Amino acid sequence: MLKAPKPLKIRVEDMNLYYDSFQALINVNLDVLTNEITAFIGPSGCGKSTLLKSLNRMNDLIESCRITGKITYDGEDIYGKMNVSELRKRVGMVFQKPNPFPMSVYDNIAYGPRTHGIKKKKVLDQIVEESLQNAAIWDELKDRLKKSALAISGGQQQRLCIARALAIKPEVILLDEPTSALDPISTTKIEDLLAELKDRYTIVIVTHNMGQAARISDKTAFFLHGEIVEFGRTMEIFSKPKDKKTEDYITGRFG
Amino acid sequence: MIGQIKMFSMKNVASVTLRSLVYVAMGLTAISLLGILSYILFNGVKAFKWSLIFGKFSSANPSMSFSIVTTCVMILLTLLIAVPISIFCAVYLTEYAKRKNIFVNWIRLATETLAGIPSIVFGLFGAIFFGTVMGFGYSILTGCLTVAIMLLPVIIRQTEEAVKSVPDMYREGSYGLGASKLRTVFRIVLPSAMPGILSAVILSMGRIIGETAALIFTLGTVAQLPGGLLDSSRTLAVHMYISTRDGGAAGREVAFLTGAVLIVVILCMNIGASYIGGKVGKDFEN
Ligand SMILES: Nc1ncnc2c1ncn2[C@@H]1O[C@H](COP(=O)(O)OP(=O)(O)OP(=O)(O)O)[C@@H](O)[C@H]1O
Ligand SMILES: [Mg+2]
Repeated sequence: MLKAPKPLKIRVEDMNLYYDSFQALINVNLDVLTNEITAFIGPSGCGKSTLLKSLNRMNDLIESCRITGKITYDGEDIYGKMNVSELRKRVGMVFQKPNPFPMSVYDNIAYGPRTHGIKKKKVLDQIVEESLQNAAIWDELKDRLKKSALAISGGQQQRLCIARALAIKPEVILLDEPTSALDPISTTKIEDLLAELKDRYTIVIVTHNMGQAARISDKTAFFLHGEIVEFGRTMEIFSKPKDKKTEDYITGRFG
Repeated sequence: MIGQIKMFSMKNVASVTLRSLVYVAMGLTAISLLGILSYILFNGVKAFKWSLIFGKFSSANPSMSFSIVTTCVMILLTLLIAVPISIFCAVYLTEYAKRKNIFVNWIRLATETLAGIPSIVFGLFGAIFFGTVMGFGYSILTGCLTVAIMLLPVIIRQTEEAVKSVPDMYREGSYGLGASKLRTVFRIVLPSAMPGILSAVILSMGRIIGETAALIFTLGTVAQLPGGLLDSSRTLAVHMYISTRDGGAAGREVAFLTGAVLIVVILCMNIGASYIGGKVGKDFEN
């Protein structure tokens, strides 16, 4: 079954990233295609989060961080004229530890849209419901919209955070080990959710769980010491890796 | 075997001693605090006369009515000046300034030094700068400005601590949604830091109420209901001081009564503040 190649969403070209004098990413090249799930795998400290955060410029918050090379979003240089807020509106992010704001479920979801100027209660109500539904958590939370988001379970919090990211109608969603702090059932729920969201969004996910990468992703990038050792179709990476190091890692011989 | 038992009992002795020390310390603290409190309240009640609290001040009836008003005005105005400045300053120091900013290090050093300076030094400065140079004389305004400056370092430091203790993941969450720094600070960081900031404000109220040295030089000691910002007056604490100094035995009675009133006022304030604090915290979390 031959499909037309999916359009390019994000391209990383010859990128190097330094924290002060420490080089965390070395000559990284990567294409993220629309409506695909791209997984980053690799041992701890190899730079997965660092690259992920570069994609929506969350690294700007780190003073010591310096970047060379080029990252383009829909062909546009994200470190060029593009407005950071606009970029982050299009490229949403979900973090490793669920981080709902200490306010109500409703206000959590509405925070993003309000940030981008939506004030009408009716519109916000609709966005909140839609986002929670998209994150498959509406039924669990619809009676608790006014309750504190800190009072729901960790798994629910993480899906709430996904809903919060969806509320600003992004095109890309970055997830940094979104299930590492969750139990297996919550993890399955989130994996199912991502598989569903894939049709409408472009997803990049960092994971330490090989099974997860194999189950949900289309492409996989294997990182080691700040370099991408291998990048390709997940099926190929997991069934016949070209690099010996990749093979060792995914079969659990190191890492 | 015997050695072991000995060791065991030695340990026992040590732990019993430590424990009794803890109880003794607690007992001493409780007794002295309760002692002072009941001594003042007792003497205050003995001197109690409605006219001394709410009556009009005269040399025959050195009432504190005007002073209650002055104290409240001083608290409100001083906080109104000090709190916003401190919060903005703390936000700048923690959220905006770069880590290696020399200017910031100077501000830090200055605030830390100022926090350790006795209040009478502030009083002297306030009297000269606000009183004489700016020409405000002995007045509510001079007093407020002086005490506000005195409070700045304290509120800044505590606000800084409160702001720093807000988890970074809240900030990341906000930035990740495309929020600006300003929005992140005012919608996420400051509300989360509110309980800490409120406790700083409550402590500051306590300091305003308790201040005498700086106020005698700046607010002055005139026994009158202030008609405006440029009038001199006395806070309760200053009223107490002057009464004890100049009033003989009758003055001492007035001082005790004032002290008792002060205690009641502070108690009410703390209850009120914790009520408001609880409410603010809840509003944000629910
Ligand atoms: N703010 C920072 N300042 C300095 N060095 C950093 C900073 N953040 C990360 N690093 C370093 O950069 C390297 C890559 O870190 P990164 O967090 O990207 O790794 P990772 O692959 O996500 O690891 P993990 O799987 O443990 O999350 C590490 O060596 C780390 O110590
Ligand atoms: Mg990481």
